[in-house]
Amino acid sequence: MKTTDTPPAGIAEDRPQVVKTTIPPARKKKTEGGVLNVFSHGVLVIWAIMVVLPLLWAVMTSFKTDKAIFTSPWSLPDSLHFENWSRAWSQAHMSDYFLNTVLVVGGSLVGTLLFGSMAAYVLARFDFPGNRFIYFLFIGGMSFPIMLALVPLFYVLNNVALLNTLHGLILVYIAYSLPFTVFFLTAFFRTLPSSVAEAALIDGASHTRTFFQVMLPMAKPGLISVAIFNFLGQWNQYMLPTVLNTDPEKKVLSQGLVELAVSQGYKGDWSGLFAGLVMAMLPVLAAYIIFQRQVVAGLTAGALK
Amino acid sequence: MQHGKYRFIVGFLAAPLALYAIFVIWPFIQSIYYSFTDWTGLSPDFKMVGFDNYSRMLDDDIFWKSLQHSLWFALLLPLVTLGLALFFAFMLNVGGRRRKGAAIAGVRGSSFYKIAYFFPQVLSIAIVALLFQFAYNPNEGAINGALQAVGLDSIQPGWLGDPDLALWCVMAVLVWSTVGFFVVLFSAGMASIPRDFYEAALLDGANRFTTFFRITLPLLWDTVQSGWVYMGILALGAESFAVVQIMTVGPGGPDYSTTVLTLYVYQTAFRDGQAAYATTIGVALLVVTLAFAAVVMRLGRRERLEF
Repeated sequence: MKTTDTPPAGIAEDRPQVVKTTIPPARKKKTEGGVLNVFSHGVLVIWAIMVVLPLLWAVMTSFKTDKAIFTSPWSLPDSLHFENWSRAWSQAHMSDYFLNTVLVVGGSLVGTLLFGSMAAYVLARFDFPGNRFIYFLFIGGMSFPIMLALVPLFYVLNNVALLNTLHGLILVYIAYSLPFTVFFLTAFFRTLPSSVAEAALIDGASHTRTFFQVMLPMAKPGLISVAIFNFLGQWNQYMLPTVLNTDPEKKVLSQGLVELAVSQGYKGDWSGLFAGLVMAMLPVLAAYIIFQRQVVAGLTAGALK
Repeated sequence: MQHGKYRFIVGFLAAPLALYAIFVIWPFIQSIYYSFTDWTGLSPDFKMVGFDNYSRMLDDDIFWKSLQHSLWFALLLPLVTLGLALFFAFMLNVGGRRRKGAAIAGVRGSSFYKIAYFFPQVLSIAIVALLFQFAYNPNEGAINGALQAVGLDSIQPGWLGDPDLALWCVMAVLVWSTVGFFVVLFSAGMASIPRDFYEAALLDGANRFTTFFRITLPLLWDTVQSGWVYMGILALGAESFAVVQIMTVGPGGPDYSTTVLTLYVYQTAFRDGQAAYATTIGVALLVVTLAFAAVVMRLGRRERLEF
């Protein structure tokens, strides 16, 4: 860090073999670049600290006693209080919330990918009356405020006994994930060559078989991107379960944590709450760090299209 | 090719389309219809009341407050977030010291920054909101604790409890959590700008500010614009609902100082049992959202640059 602050040393360090061959005008430019470099580096470092510090602080706090949290929020824990974690896992129902979330997200992810790719494939590769209309019907869903639909949907689900059930929530997640999934995969299927599918059809494969055995494997990169996007969206979903899933037994992670924050507020068990928060945070962060490239590609691909 | 084509199309579209129609399209149509009724949501009986809900809405102070806050969210959040993200992305990709052989270079450790900045994006907005709710706590929170630690004992704001500050606190959290996404997005966009352009600009003696405004920004404009619409829709919808509902007291803040349209729809429908009036406010939200998208697309329209 230090060396980049002083331009001449920085140059020397960047490319030791070409030192001191710079002509004066170029040197002047580099000095200007150096001042800016210090400034930009400073801002970048500050933002990195602002992002990472709250997360580290949460991890640290989850190992403290309640008393220590309030008396000295910034000091290190006196010892690692793992009992906070076990208390949060069992007594505060974090294990149930995890299980519910895994079930709901697992079900919806499979459904979203299956239905999304089926619809997108047909819309991308077949000409039929109403194709454009159905496509824009799907796309339009991306810009509508979901809350507007949730008011009647609540009562619709109530009437068909899907309210406060996990399978009902799965169906809703799938339905609300379809607009982006169809949008993204339609664009993706359009880029695939049609000759392979035609060859399969000539060889006697049905359209269905062509789709599952030829086109889907070819679309794998697109499917992975859209799967990551939907996984994060559905795992972190807060608004849909808050409105449509109010049964305490069925709560998913995000709303369970909010519930926990309210109830632990009364009980004063803040360390348990922080343990719960960190517990929910770490798996996703770990997965992100491991699959960093794919996650970034998956999340930004849609917006760059 | 034609053999069984239509059967296949219908077979593949039926399930997704049915699901989408029942759970998404139909409720939207219903909402608009319900906004002209006196439906409470609690009983199945209702009758048409024409524009009563709409005239009531125009006299509703809380509605106007929510609308105002939502507009702040939609205008200010993208401005601050995208501005910061553009700055960071430019620094990461082009802002580095010029090295021999390369006209432009990112700062050192740019890949580390990109990874770290992205952290909040993978966390649930609920977790982020809870974390900051605790940090903002005026008595035991981390922020006031840090202010004390550096000797600013006299500055101990009530943050979320202060009606003048609460809305900005909530917005800051959304900025914090979304900047990283746009940094990465813009970085990807900047990486696709040909280096020759920068080299040519440098030969002509352009400095970095000129390079940014004359080369990077125009070539990145499409991405910025779609980011603007995306961010605005999020700020009007789900994201603002989560942060306001979780973080502020009430929820909606002291003296309705942080309430937003999405939250007001939710409260009217599920707390006050006035489903029809809630859908009316929802329709207003729909109009605001579509108008926002249309305005951004229109204002941002310029000649598309091919490169």
